[in-house]
Amino acid sequence: MNQFIAFVKKEWYHILRDPRTLFILFGMPIVQIVIFGFALTNEVKNSKFAVLDNAKDEASLIITERIAASNYFDLSANLHSQKEIESIFKEGLVKVVIIFPPKFRETLFRTNAASIQIVTDASDPNTATTLSNYASAILLDYQKEINKGRETPFTINVESGMLYNPQLKGAFNFVPGVMAMVLMLVCTLMTSIAIVREKELGTMEILLVSPLRPILVILAKTVPYLFLSMINIASILLLSYFVLDLPIQGSLLLLVALSILFIITTLSLGLLISSITSSQQTAMLISLMGMFLPTIMLSGFLFPIENMPIPMQVISNLVPAKWYFYIVKALMIKGLGITAIWKETLILTGMTLFLLTLSIRKFNIRLS
Amino acid sequence: MRTLRFLLQKEFRQIFRDPSILRMIFIMPVIQLVLLPLAADYEIKNIRLAIIDHDHSTYSREMSRKITASGYFILNGFGERYSDAMELIEDDKVDLIMEIPAHFERDLVREDKAALLLSVNAINGVRANLGSAYLNTILRDYNKEVREKWIQLPRVNEIPQISIITNNWYNPHMNYKIFMVPGILVVLLTMVGSFMTALNIVKEKEIGTIEQINVTPIKKYEFILGKLIPFWILGMIVLTLGLIIARVAYGIIPLGNVGLIYLFAGCFLLAVLGLGLLVSTYSQTQQQAMLIAFFLLMIFILMSGLYTSIDSMPPWAQIVTYFNPVRYFIEVMRMIVMKGSTLVNILPQLITILFFAVVLNSWAVINYRKRS
Amino acid sequence: MKEEIVIAVKNLSKKFGDFTAVDTISFEVYRGEIFGFLGANGAGKTTAMRMLCGLSKPTSGEAMVASFDVQRQSEEIKKNIGYMSQKFSLYEDLTVAENIRFYGGIYGLSDLKLKEKTAFLLKHLHLETEKDKLVRALPLGWKQKLSFSIAIIHDPAIVFLDEPTGGVDPVTRREFWEMIYQASASGTTVFVTTHYMDEAEYCNRVSIMVDGKIEAIDTPANLKKEFGTTSMEEVFLLLARKATRSAD
Repeated sequence: MNQFIAFVKKEWYHILRDPRTLFILFGMPIVQIVIFGFALTNEVKNSKFAVLDNAKDEASLIITERIAASNYFDLSANLHSQKEIESIFKEGLVKVVIIFPPKFRETLFRTNAASIQIVTDASDPNTATTLSNYASAILLDYQKEINKGRETPFTINVESGMLYNPQLKGAFNFVPGVMAMVLMLVCTLMTSIAIVREKELGTMEILLVSPLRPILVILAKTVPYLFLSMINIASILLLSYFVLDLPIQGSLLLLVALSILFIITTLSLGLLISSITSSQQTAMLISLMGMFLPTIMLSGFLFPIENMPIPMQVISNLVPAKWYFYIVKALMIKGLGITAIWKETLILTGMTLFLLTLSIRKFNIRLS
Repeated sequence: MRTLRFLLQKEFRQIFRDPSILRMIFIMPVIQLVLLPLAADYEIKNIRLAIIDHDHSTYSREMSRKITASGYFILNGFGERYSDAMELIEDDKVDLIMEIPAHFERDLVREDKAALLLSVNAINGVRANLGSAYLNTILRDYNKEVREKWIQLPRVNEIPQISIITNNWYNPHMNYKIFMVPGILVVLLTMVGSFMTALNIVKEKEIGTIEQINVTPIKKYEFILGKLIPFWILGMIVLTLGLIIARVAYGIIPLGNVGLIYLFAGCFLLAVLGLGLLVSTYSQTQQQAMLIAFFLLMIFILMSGLYTSIDSMPPWAQIVTYFNPVRYFIEVMRMIVMKGSTLVNILPQLITILFFAVVLNSWAVINYRKRS
Repeated sequence: MKEEIVIAVKNLSKKFGDFTAVDTISFEVYRGEIFGFLGANGAGKTTAMRMLCGLSKPTSGEAMVASFDVQRQSEEIKKNIGYMSQKFSLYEDLTVAENIRFYGGIYGLSDLKLKEKTAFLLKHLHLETEKDKLVRALPLGWKQKLSFSIAIIHDPAIVFLDEPTGGVDPVTRREFWEMIYQASASGTTVFVTTHYMDEAEYCNRVSIMVDGKIEAIDTPANLKKEFGTTSMEEVFLLLARKATRSAD
């Protein structure tokens, strides 16, 4: 046991003596949280729009002002002709153009019917749809106002309640994903590279002739990364709670326990990779392309799994991060208990055991 | 000049003899461009719906039918009890619950108005927003139908009504892939350009061949050009491959001038290669280089406007994106491909990118010391 | 007969923070001699040599290499010297011939000269049949010999060798030293560091560094007489006993 601890200590020194790497390993989750928490949002706001006002009457001016005053839009330009629309889109200056026909107000009140054109730059379809929805809502509000009280008969009123995330904060979706990503990076990538590095430099052989069983030597390498990851998880959770106001609805203990499980999963992945390659470049390639990229793509954190073609949805079940992501969301955001996630936990445990056994076996073959 | 020739010969020979580099150049574009857009489908569809119908009236059934017929929604739950539906939400089997209260039809006809309750799983804000928007649109349509059945709508409106005509330019089919693929291509180029350069140089440091180079009369700029040029060419090859895949796999044909894409890409590659160079001057080991490059790239890619719009970012974040070369290329790429923007339209971004190229490369050259 | 001085070092020092790796060393090296730069690991040999090659900037002191100033004219020096590092520095993923042509070209050999030199080297090293083999496939001894030949491909005035015979069998070591003798005979000055004391016997003159200072500098014969020993190894042990620094 003492020998094992001695090895672990040695690994710690390796890591501690590389301040640059350490800085990034700790800094990365923090930066990610800041970016995801504060900078990135799927909410649409402050979108630049332009107006082609052929009427310039009381109604069109009021409506334009309303739109500009809303959080969603920023008035960027007043156009003078239809031709200008094309160039303003081509220069990427606005996302929406509102067109008022001449004599808008007059037409509206004389014939009780007038139209407004909303032209969107649909390069980004979702934003276009959202923006035209918002604009329409503002227009309809105006319509209601000028009709003051005269309601259209037979109206269905829809009341919407937003669950779990009433303010539609992007962070709720991102934070669990950041956790999975960071663990993947630290545990799988760094561990595999650290082990392969020793192989490349030739110092591995020296370790292997030590009195400690070879497989324990390898395992000793993973222990520091286990601790690093726990520190990372802790910092992510603290940041989310205090800085992002992201509550942890469920049991913290359970969350930590399952995070440790996932850490072991990713470490096993790192072990597996390092047992099959002997060059750092290859280890990195496999870690990034074979593990990291699929994790980002198929875990459900950035891209909705429901939208993917069926074969990809099936493959996504093989990605451990997908299960972890589900578990974290359930625990942190929905506040559910072990009963809701026992199935996923079991799957994750099974994967972990499989990976561990496989990599240990491979290592024993290689080393003997 | 002659020295440069020898350097380039050596670099190209080494590149073609390294299987992992070749793998990266050819396999990565294919995987990223083919699989990623399939995964990165933000189109809002397949929204899973649960309907709780306490009314069981003709209207409630008609309404439910209309909703499911729209194609946007998949009916994953239909029942009596709200708690059942909530379980479905907790289990992530349903995104949206619509509850039709008892006496819905009666209230609508007699009281002239009735209420519906929607509960939306808002963890994913976009889906929640758009999902409920679509549902609202369908409900409004249905509402209109009902109204028309009961009251003879006068040919002339009784009260002023504004009709809204929406026109979607550049992407009439609202295809999300045309939007994502150019962006993913940019990310690919960024990764290839900066990662590979950084790792390549640091590898020489680790092995020790860089010392041998430093002791020869090779000038700093010759050495750096000797590294930039091969990877620049590789980058252009990846670009070509990417454009071909985009066309073949997704039918994406740039509206604008392809030559313009190459022009901008060439300048962008210079900037990104300079970044890789810079990272290599600050790293001693491949592990470090990779980590630093990854860290920087992650920030650049996230804040590039690829996934989320820059307009929606808080002001401080928007300022940060001005220092992000990737942002400019993603803008330009989308503009040229989808809107047919011309040189004049993208001039500001082009100049900015050239500026980046100059700054990053100069910084790297200054930092690189033959003598420590 | 006045011997030409090709390396003149005066109070040269290199400090890393508080640590003084090389402490005001002074010595001279004459044209055509084989100068052994001896010392234990960590004594400062490699650091000193790197300064002379223009790979490291001195903290203080002066040095002249091939009539160029180390502080101000390091790039000029590089045109006139050859270098073989401790870590083997040829490109493993290039062939023998490609390595030769690359370094020859870098040192400005004309295409004609390159051809001549390549043919000559391959014959001389008996590597004609291996010329299209990747260097990584060669045994260590061959690699070292190839490295040395390439280091002097441009006929430099001085060649610096940093522990060139590490890990090589005695036969190959002998062959290597044959090559060094040949180079020296044709007028090239050879500056070699080593911690093999028997190789010290092969040099014209040696210096011994201990803890960053030069503790002795003379011909091997004179040193043995001075210290009353029969081998350079014993001379070294006597001096090294004073050492307070151990291996790096």
